[in-house]
Amino acid sequence: MTALTKPGPESGPLLEIEDLVVEFAGDEETVRAVDGAGYTVAPGETLGVVGESGSGKSVTAMSALGLIRPPGRVVSGRVVFDGSDLRAMRPRELRRLRGGRIAMIFQDPMTALNPVVTVGAQIREALRLHQPGLSRAAARERAAELLALVGVPGAERRLRQYPHEFSGGMRQRAMIAMAIANDPDLLIADEPTTALDVTVQAQVLDLLRLTRRETGAATVLITHDLGVVAELADRVVVMYAGRVVEHGTVAAIFDAPRHPYTRGLLDSLPSLDGDAGELTPIPGSPPLPGEVAQGCAFAPRCPMARDRCLVERPELTQSGPGRASACHFHDEMAEEESDDRA
Amino acid sequence: MTELDAARPDRAQPEEVLGVTGLTKHFPVRSGPLRLQTGSVHAVDGVDFSLPTGRTLGLVGESGCGKTTTGRMVVRLLQPTAGRIVVAGRDVTGVRGAELRALRRDLQLVFQDPYASLSPRMTVHDIIAEPLRVQGRYDDGGPERVAGLLDMVRLAPAHARRYAHEFSGGQRQRIGIARALALGPKVLVLDEPVSALDVSIQAQVVNTLRELQRELGVAYLFISHDLSVVRHVSHEIAVMYLGTIVERGTRDEIFRSPAHPYTQALLSAVPRTRPGAREGRERIMLTGDVPSPIDPPSGCRFRTRCWKARDICATETPALTDRDGVGHPAACHFAEPADVLATA
Repeated sequence: MTALTKPGPESGPLLEIEDLVVEFAGDEETVRAVDGAGYTVAPGETLGVVGESGSGKSVTAMSALGLIRPPGRVVSGRVVFDGSDLRAMRPRELRRLRGGRIAMIFQDPMTALNPVVTVGAQIREALRLHQPGLSRAAARERAAELLALVGVPGAERRLRQYPHEFSGGMRQRAMIAMAIANDPDLLIADEPTTALDVTVQAQVLDLLRLTRRETGAATVLITHDLGVVAELADRVVVMYAGRVVEHGTVAAIFDAPRHPYTRGLLDSLPSLDGDAGELTPIPGSPPLPGEVAQGCAFAPRCPMARDRCLVERPELTQSGPGRASACHFHDEMAEEESDDRA
Repeated sequence: MTELDAARPDRAQPEEVLGVTGLTKHFPVRSGPLRLQTGSVHAVDGVDFSLPTGRTLGLVGESGCGKTTTGRMVVRLLQPTAGRIVVAGRDVTGVRGAELRALRRDLQLVFQDPYASLSPRMTVHDIIAEPLRVQGRYDDGGPERVAGLLDMVRLAPAHARRYAHEFSGGQRQRIGIARALALGPKVLVLDEPVSALDVSIQAQVVNTLRELQRELGVAYLFISHDLSVVRHVSHEIAVMYLGTIVERGTRDEIFRSPAHPYTQALLSAVPRTRPGAREGRERIMLTGDVPSPIDPPSGCRFRTRCWKARDICATETPALTDRDGVGHPAACHFAEPADVLATA
């Protein structure tokens, strides 16, 4: 379990985001959406990035890939993919990387698929853009293979259809087929199942497991749904107010959280079994971007907050083997765990 | 937890405040240059349920199952194609004008989207006071009533002078609930009331709804796709699929011994976070998509995706009745309770 978290220097992380700061310029003020966030993704691993709306979980990944448009702007930080500095790359080089070695899956396939081009033509285009040597016939054959692989029945016929002729679940499958068309090393999946019904979500999660086996691609799974992360991810990064507040393996984070926000989030979830009574919410609401003054952004809602939390911003520090927490008092949470066990 | 467990059999069932029988809605499908009707969408097809005073019925299902259409017919935003709606003993299926206005006092709707359902031009005070004004009841202690409602939904009195856009999603949903409660309704129809909210906020609103029910004795028809949220608010649950109720029972019956294959698949598909529940269980994986409601399958509507389906399922529509060894109504020829949430 712990070996997953810190890749050795020989292997090295596939993606490394460090101290990323992203701002959005508004009419009156500039809002900092990401405030020094970072994480690493090892080759082949699935990293879940969770957080509520406004936590910066999507903006972090999108701006790391150069997909942020004005008024958004990456102010500072380092993004390294397989040894190359993405922030130093020209837009052309970045475009070649995206859709090739780095692929993306979005929440709403209708925004990612072109409504006036057949699904087959879109998959073929994705293939030939990144593999110029591929013949027309080979591209057609590969497109049918891909669609069959992602579980779209009648692939040959489906290739000639337009996205609107697909159901929501089938469109998500088609987008996944496009994403894995060029055998990527890294897949960024932003809320890939959020728009789907739960029985269809189960199918798509299963498909993501299958594609991971087939391609061996590392995956960054961005979602607000803790259940989806628990099912699919190896490691978890928890974000709050533009920063990473905790990270570690799924077992570490879900079974023994060592940041009060993570614990609060897990406690507030309604459940399918056990106590069906009152829920345990986190009091208050998350700060609006730009609202955080000094100190810990979670302090106003935190049951453990003390004077120090209001003045000193906690940095991520090791809170156990292969895990870190940005809480001044994560030792106390670890002690509680051992007390509970005793 | 105890107030929900008041469903003990030794207690007399409270009086029915909302009853629905044979509720049906078919939307015409028109096509061709003359816009002739060529078919109809069977959005809701013969739904029956009964909601007792002060209790919650959870109506769950996936998109297109007809749960929202059912809710809209109950509050008379949509006219049913067939069926009967009875509120507090009175048939309200066809009421209009003054009678419909009177019905609005007893029955109110809370929308899913707290951003779209509140006017940006009105202060919170005016939003909540609007139903009182429409019913001519504002002059009689209106301001005090609004202050009381704000307090009820845990908003500060000072919030009354502000505009809806100044509030977060959770606070806006509280404003929507206060407005719905203004006339002291007997029933609230809540359509996905917490689905747009983040989990930490969702839990706050769920708790407030529970408290309000305890204080006011208002009944809820709670419409949601989220099974775990429904479990925390409902006394009874009805599961819908393609326009019909496929299973109905108490909270524990539905979650601990679901008997319809669709309910079992639905519960089994929910991703779990709790250690032990995450791994080590057989998942029921449904194949394919929900068929079109324009031409629903013959017999049992779920049979095209069901692993238990046999010939009889195509020819004979299974009734929603309590079969031997089940203990609650399930519309399946082969209904059999199974604890799908149990972990090995």
